[in-house]
Amino acid sequence: MERYYQPEIETASREQIQAWQDERLVKQVRHVWENVPYYRKKMEENGVTPDDIHGTADLHKLPFLSKADLREAYPYGLVGVPLKDCVRIQSTSGTTGKRVVAFYTQGDIDLWEDCCARAITAAGGTNEDVCQVSYGYGLFTGGPGLNGGSHKVGCLTVPTSSGNTERQIMFIRDLNATILCCTPSYAAYIGETMKEMGLTPDQIPLKAGIFGAEAWSEEMRQSIQDTLGIKAYDIYGLTELSGPGVAFECSAQSGMHINEDHFIAEVIDPETGEPLPDGQQGELVFTAIDKQAFPLLRYRTRDICVLSHEKCSCGRTHVKMSKPRGRTDDMLIIRGVNVFPSQIETVLLNQGYSANYQIIVDRVRNTDTLDIQVEMTPEMFTDNMGEISERQKKLVEGLRAMLGLTAKVTLVAPKSIVRSEGKAVRVIDKRKI
Amino acid sequence: MSVKQISVFMENKPGALLSMTTVLAEHNIDIRAFTLAETSDFGIVRIIVDDVYKTSTALKDMGFVYSISNVLGVVIPDVPGGLNQVLQILTEENINVDYMYAFQGGKNISGAYMIFKVADANKASAVLTGRGIQLVDQEALDRM
Repeated sequence: MERYYQPEIETASREQIQAWQDERLVKQVRHVWENVPYYRKKMEENGVTPDDIHGTADLHKLPFLSKADLREAYPYGLVGVPLKDCVRIQSTSGTTGKRVVAFYTQGDIDLWEDCCARAITAAGGTNEDVCQVSYGYGLFTGGPGLNGGSHKVGCLTVPTSSGNTERQIMFIRDLNATILCCTPSYAAYIGETMKEMGLTPDQIPLKAGIFGAEAWSEEMRQSIQDTLGIKAYDIYGLTELSGPGVAFECSAQSGMHINEDHFIAEVIDPETGEPLPDGQQGELVFTAIDKQAFPLLRYRTRDICVLSHEKCSCGRTHVKMSKPRGRTDDMLIIRGVNVFPSQIETVLLNQGYSANYQIIVDRVRNTDTLDIQVEMTPEMFTDNMGEISERQKKLVEGLRAMLGLTAKVTLVAPKSIVRSEGKAVRVIDKRKI
Repeated sequence: MSVKQISVFMENKPGALLSMTTVLAEHNIDIRAFTLAETSDFGIVRIIVDDVYKTSTALKDMGFVYSISNVLGVVIPDVPGGLNQVLQILTEENINVDYMYAFQGGKNISGAYMIFKVADANKASAVLTGRGIQLVDQEALDRM
């Protein structure tokens, strides 16, 4: 029996969803026009006024917002209410350049936590469950978002935050945690550690996991499900739009339902900006139609995915998005193969390496070369040279399985890879084509 | 009875080693023994020092990745067949030597000093002392 947190919304008719979106979009455009001079100027430059927007059919008339706009408007330029009405900020990690700071009214927080509560309920969570939130707490949205959602569902919430794996496992076992929320790579790490401790899936009380905030493959899902003996659900979100819970997976585990009562999703051609029909791969664009403090219209996520309106077996009517296949701005073509840094990162994290890496592409005698430099960490270092070389070999094999390419892996000194100088630092393309 | 060895991860490139020895020099740390194992892109520097705590703290502060392991400091009788005798004992007890290297002892040298890395340092230590081979411990080393 499928459970819903807000059944009247989650299973509403398509007509109802359309009506909500039309009405809220019109209202939101007016709110932004009146309160966000930065976006109003953009609209004026495009010759659009709120009078031109009568519903989602007019959405394409509105200008896009990009990460560059967020940086330019930092910190208050896109805030839509007086600061006295804001109760919180959250912020991105800043790994892609300047941090993005998002603002929330109490209503925005409620809306966000509702979205997370829907995700937890879709994963089978009820007030009988013990939900351990092992996402980081603080500026990062993962911990606060799922914590709030867990409260709304009525789960007994265990706010461990991330790190200290031994303590994570102790709480899971001692408090019989049934739901685990964290990044997929951390879930894999917790699983591996439990396995090393000799725990079999039936000795682990967990039954479901809600994992997001980074790209992960179906293979990784399978392996996490097997080691922990759980069902692993994906969750999607961006700090810019609130945080995790913009979209979430249901029992069908085949794509994430977007919370369309709060967010309008479009898929566009990243080159031309033209909206694409269902089933076509393109860049995901969101319009937040309820949020007051940080009301982003047509925000380009740079995530590449596909939307599907096909009827879902779970009974939810909201559109589904596929797992993001990567980002528009960092896809590489190496020896004719499309490579996303996120794929490489998944393999690295999966095998216990740090997320501090650099991808160096070159062309030697007409053949592309791929060199991945990874920082050594205290956890991966041992006095045994053979063991380090074995792990290095295993990493090359893991990369070949993921990318279909042979990469060279070079282990480099800690902190030797430059931090926070923008996304481009992840990739150095020396090819002269 | 064992000695603490510090193993440091090092990139195989000009200046890498210097950056580590600079840290040690700045902290007035005395290196008692030193060996380097390398592949084409990285290496492991293994050192025995007079102050393990000070060294590891200094390395950590400077962002080096290292690990500490227990190794044996063996006083090899300075006569022909001295090393042979030690290896004979370890072989009889089926103790494998992962690697070994020589080091400079103190002022009062009664034999040649060698560092032995074995899988089970406690067992090897007991076996060797039981057979009359002299070992040095960290304290003795600190006093040298």
